[in-house]
Amino acid sequence: MPKSKSAYSIPTKKQKPDTYIFVVWVDNEAGVLARVVGLFSGRGYNIESLAVAEVDAVKNISRITIVTTGTPQVIDQIRLQLTKLVPVHKVAEFKREDKGVIFKEMALFKVVGKRNKIEKCLNACKKFNPVILDETKTSAVIQITALRREIDKMNKKLKPLGLISTSRTGAVAMTRGAKIFN
Amino acid sequence: MPKLLTGAEIVFKCLEDQKVEHIFGYPGGAVLPIYDELKNHPSIKHILVRHEQGAGHAAEGYARSSGKPGVVLVTSGPGATNVVTALTDAYMDSVPLVCISGQVPTHLIGTDAFQECDTTGITRPCTKHNWLVKDINDLSKVMHEAFRVATTGRPGPVLIDIPKDIQFAKTKYKKPNKEKKLNGKSHNKFSQDQIDELVKLLSKAKKPIIYSGGGVINSGPKASQALREFVDLTGFPITSTLQGLGAYPGDDNQFLGMLGMHGTYEANNAMHDCDLLINIGARFDDRITGKIDEFSPNSKKVHIDIDPSSINKIIKVDLAIVGDVTSVISKINKTIAKRKNGHSKSNKSNIAKWWEQIEKWKEKNSLNFVNSNESIKPQHAVKRLYELTKNKDTYVTTEVGQHQMWAAQHYKFNKPNRWMTSGGLGTMGYGLPAAVGVQIAHPEKLVIDIAGEASVLMTMQEMSTAVQYNLPIKIFILNNQYMGMVRQWQELLHEKNYSESYSEALPDFMKMAEAYGCKGIKANSPADLDNKIQEMIDYDGPVIFDCHVDPNENCFPMIPSGKPHNQMILGPNDQEDNKIKGKGKALV
Repeated sequence: MPKSKSAYSIPTKKQKPDTYIFVVWVDNEAGVLARVVGLFSGRGYNIESLAVAEVDAVKNISRITIVTTGTPQVIDQIRLQLTKLVPVHKVAEFKREDKGVIFKEMALFKVVGKRNKIEKCLNACKKFNPVILDETKTSAVIQITALRREIDKMNKKLKPLGLISTSRTGAVAMTRGAKIFN
Repeated sequence: MPKLLTGAEIVFKCLEDQKVEHIFGYPGGAVLPIYDELKNHPSIKHILVRHEQGAGHAAEGYARSSGKPGVVLVTSGPGATNVVTALTDAYMDSVPLVCISGQVPTHLIGTDAFQECDTTGITRPCTKHNWLVKDINDLSKVMHEAFRVATTGRPGPVLIDIPKDIQFAKTKYKKPNKEKKLNGKSHNKFSQDQIDELVKLLSKAKKPIIYSGGGVINSGPKASQALREFVDLTGFPITSTLQGLGAYPGDDNQFLGMLGMHGTYEANNAMHDCDLLINIGARFDDRITGKIDEFSPNSKKVHIDIDPSSINKIIKVDLAIVGDVTSVISKINKTIAKRKNGHSKSNKSNIAKWWEQIEKWKEKNSLNFVNSNESIKPQHAVKRLYELTKNKDTYVTTEVGQHQMWAAQHYKFNKPNRWMTSGGLGTMGYGLPAAVGVQIAHPEKLVIDIAGEASVLMTMQEMSTAVQYNLPIKIFILNNQYMGMVRQWQELLHEKNYSESYSEALPDFMKMAEAYGCKGIKANSPADLDNKIQEMIDYDGPVIFDCHVDPNENCFPMIPSGKPHNQMILGPNDQEDNKIKGKGKALV
């Protein structure tokens, strides 16, 4: 053991972190996102992506989806700490591998080049419901929806085909079947 | 049509409906409308502090000694930033505070106006919740909600930021909402099954220990009562965290003293060797656990806490009971009483061996120190102070450092809410203003701040407050001319390089007392210590007691860095024949 001059304990066991998706229902009020994000940064939790928007205008509820990594103990803490926040109504969390849940991200690709290159791009995106949102003789904006790593892959693949700009959302999640998060 | 009230009037209406009697504050431009309204509300007394941090700590002292929320009123900008330390302190130690801050008028927010700061942004991480009231119609609702958030569940500080134009604006007042919207935040939902499981563990345990904390104090006097019954019913040994002192009588035989970094030998060894650990309202703080991997390695662990996020945060437990300590312990006691016959017979004999072991540890007498006839030993000073005040219902606050640990070790508390100290944040300068708040809540009681000379200088200005309101607080300074705990760590961990820990150019505390208009007493020799302490107790008014103590004394026992509970450094009496010491020294 290294000699310590600190009166604090030395970190020891390191567990392997996993990727989890948190879904948080909050009152749509000023500062609520700062509270959630501040909790993550203040306690040293990681945010890989974040998506937030109002989902119920009558009840004034927003839904925040956060992709994060952590050991099971840290994930537990994140859930419990989020639940403590006053504007938070409920919290659900899922492992990324969870088959019962759909995770989706959306990306917009701007491709500049000749027609045949754009065609190639569209072709490459075929699996991910490509939609052309804008088209000129020399450019196109293509929208796809896919998993995070699929978008990563497409991002790489389209670069040589004239991709000049990518814009993407954070992941959103929903359970399969008729049931909803409690 | 009901009368329209201004925002300032609504603030006071809410305070009256919440039965607030005292507020601690400091006026300024952005809260002037509220201060203007003060005169119309004789049931609410305002205590003018000398610095907003003092207001916060005074409110903490008030809250912790009375069980009621402390209320703070400060202005925008510097007023709000000055109170941040106190809010953070209250957040760490779960003290209910309601802080009302003024803000620049709504149309100036975001323009870098005079004395503007992002108060809700700054205080977001150090409050349970905060509000910026931008609409006068929200004000009464927010005020009442603030009191509810501060005082329910695990208590804590909240802040309400009120722009100046909102203080002038008018609306109808709304009474507090009777119906409680809990939003999933009620945490008193434990089941009888959990209680049964615990009782089963109790009856099987051979080496049990109860480890109680500040949650017992926060749960109210009934919790302490229930805890005493529980300890009596089971016959188990009990130890306490710094914040939990007083929940169980400090002079009782079943009490092993405080545990943790400067806890007793018997308490820490019992924690290490036990087979059943029952945590009641404590949070496995790092000053308690030492090295996590080797913390109480062979025990089943039970954790009773109102805050679900405390469970499994640091230490994995086998049984978690989320609930209010009073209700949980009362339920346990009832359950035990029901099956008393079988239980009491088998169990107390079960743990007889364990008690023998504990008695052996006790023989180490780990709080001992080498007393002296020439210089006052700080431990001796605290012991004498205890002996001379124990027959009064004394309230003790402290600053942070060696004196704080000596106070915790040598002053025995028999009732809850008598001990106010900054544990989580460790705020030097906490004790003096906290004593002001305690004395406001208990005007007839003896209130002592056991202080260090370095700490007390951080908030010394509040003596002026004490003199203004004729608060007879006693500031008992263990003056060793060092930031003692810093010096101790430098001695043990940094090869005696006493970097910047000596207090050069200390003020003459006698003259300082005179300048503030209170009494100064100085003690140099052990021979007249008792008389001087008695003089302090008998004096009807605030006192600064300058007790010159041995500057080289260290606070023992001590768990060195990264060590488990059973590897403590003991005091000088044990150092020669103590094997741990030799090994410990090399490892520190």
